[in-house]
Amino acid sequence: MPAAATLTSPLPPPDPAGAAVRARLAGFVRALRDNGFATGLSESADALRLLAAPGLADKTRLRAALRALFASRRSDWEKFDALFDAFWFEKHVRASVRMADQRRTPTALPLRPGADAPEAGGTGPVSRVDRVPGSDTGADEGAAQRRAGASRAERLEATDFRHIADPQELERAYALAQRLAKAMRARLTRRARAARTGARLDLRRTLHRSVARGGLPVELVHRRRRSKPLKLVILLDASGSMSPYVAVFVRFIHGALDSFRQAAAFVFHTRLIDVTDAVKEKDPQRAMDRLGLMAQGVGGGTRIGESLATFNRWHAARTLHSRTAVLIVSDGYDTGEPELLAREMAALHRRCRRIVWLNPMIGWRDYAPEAAGMKAALPFVDLFAPAHNLESLEALEPYLARL
Amino acid sequence: MSDRDIIAQRLAEAGYLADRDLATALSLMDLLHRPLLLEGAAGVGKTAVAQALAQVHCAPLIRLQCYEGLDQNAALYEWNYQRQILALKAREGSGESPRAVEAEIFSQDYLLERPLLAAIRSVTPAVLLIDEVDRADEEFEAFLLEILSDFQVTIPELGTITARSIPRVVLTSNGTRELSDALRRRCLYHFVDFPDVDREAAILKARVPGIDAALALQVARFVRDVRREDLRKVPGVAESLDFAAALTGIGLKDLRQDPESVYDLLITLLKTHEDRCALPREVVARLLEQVA
Repeated sequence: MPAAATLTSPLPPPDPAGAAVRARLAGFVRALRDNGFATGLSESADALRLLAAPGLADKTRLRAALRALFASRRSDWEKFDALFDAFWFEKHVRASVRMADQRRTPTALPLRPGADAPEAGGTGPVSRVDRVPGSDTGADEGAAQRRAGASRAERLEATDFRHIADPQELERAYALAQRLAKAMRARLTRRARAARTGARLDLRRTLHRSVARGGLPVELVHRRRRSKPLKLVILLDASGSMSPYVAVFVRFIHGALDSFRQAAAFVFHTRLIDVTDAVKEKDPQRAMDRLGLMAQGVGGGTRIGESLATFNRWHAARTLHSRTAVLIVSDGYDTGEPELLAREMAALHRRCRRIVWLNPMIGWRDYAPEAAGMKAALPFVDLFAPAHNLESLEALEPYLARL
Repeated sequence: MSDRDIIAQRLAEAGYLADRDLATALSLMDLLHRPLLLEGAAGVGKTAVAQALAQVHCAPLIRLQCYEGLDQNAALYEWNYQRQILALKAREGSGESPRAVEAEIFSQDYLLERPLLAAIRSVTPAVLLIDEVDRADEEFEAFLLEILSDFQVTIPELGTITARSIPRVVLTSNGTRELSDALRRRCLYHFVDFPDVDREAAILKARVPGIDAALALQVARFVRDVRREDLRKVPGVAESLDFAAALTGIGLKDLRQDPESVYDLLITLLKTHEDRCALPREVVARLLEQVA
């Protein structure tokens, strides 16, 4: 082992490899970064040392070594080999490795970016998001327009998202949803801070302080309970039947996650997609674009039960703790088995603090939760609330603040 | 033989059968002086890596178990307040100068070493295992990062303590919280997966005394199939070791010989009620048929 001195600056000036290798390696590191690897200069320097190290001459060994160095999470670990082979051993690597548009996308997406990239960049996904609410069937659209015409005086807050057809009105609704989510967040955190009470004596620290006074415990030190901030996990149903509402909730999610330090968001239709990274994108437009793309259902109904199973199995341990509220936004039309849904809801219920189910259809007249899926899920839901207009979202805040 | 093969062989002698990638990562630890971050499901043997590594290098294993609320006092050092107060009381009225008393009670004798300090003050390079780092708070992670890059500690009353030796650091994470990019970047990374059938059979043979080769292979296959079932808590290597030990304990030579006992012994593999229900007798019987 070398002395401590070498470790404070752990690397001797690297140079064992020639300039050509260095340039090539730089290209490789760039490709890795484009694929969401978090690597810095010191990793590159170490990689140069590895390239020069004896015993790492053959391809598989070098690959394993570089993988250990560059990968820093499971998703990196899994795609590294393909990237390595593509870069060092195939032609046209640039095209196949570059996926700048897809940075930090969840692993569920296919690795071969060639196929997806044009789609991501080309068609304006914004238009897709924005188009959704208007994309009702003809009859519905007519109804919506009539309604809009008749209800000019109605407050926007009370209008069902389905019936907002005017693009400007829609923009206002989006902006309101986002603002509402942010305001909710601010109030929630303040409450969490104010709630820090409850004092027990911290004997060890009291003793520590008393040393300076010859052992006389003049200052008593109390132990405060650290309060975990409320964490919000949002599961949004993006299936066909929900399409009039998806765009608004996408905005709402963005607003909520934008400033929530601890939050996660998932979108599901036939499968579950982690969209947290996409939503945390600083530029709201980019976030919307990416989310809009991901939220598009592939058709074939909603599998709420299976999506929840995926969540419970792969994401719950990471995202849930005892102060987590899970917000499910769905109309409850499930094409899977109700038993599965009930089982997964029960499992979810055990792991989090509250489950809030927002159902846009509650706002409809004469609605009763008749769908088999909805019925199966209801026993595990702490709050079953409407979410068809901004008023109903606003009404949610006091409830969440009490958690 | 390369470093990697030497390490793999020594680990095997210490009772840990590493796959090639892990051996590579372990050999890189010495070459690049970076900590190693191990991730993987519970029970795949992440902690055992550190134990075996300590044995290979004949180094002391110093373990820091992380938990929520872990702070510097529990991880790095603390003054022994009780002793300090006793010392002060004993010297009351003895006429010693306050400066001398102060120097005395803030000397090494009154310092309680916690794992991190113990690791860098160890004369021989220790293996420092920071277990379940994802359970600690984010603030602690930042503090850890500082220690792991400088390997020196400043104690206000005592001065800066630089490392006598640089420990080999192994961190493990179960993924209950996302770790910071900075910590991940600093570390080498290895994802520990469940071993394949042959390696698991070899592990069973190495670790379960008196197990015969045929049974070890059967158990390995059976456990692989159980892991493929839809379970809440997938059995790890530790569980399959228990299972194999229990089977040898009741003197079973062949899994198919006594399905009823195998079913009873599933308590060593399946640790939740739901999972027990997920594997009824018929399913177990079907799995047992595949083992042959």
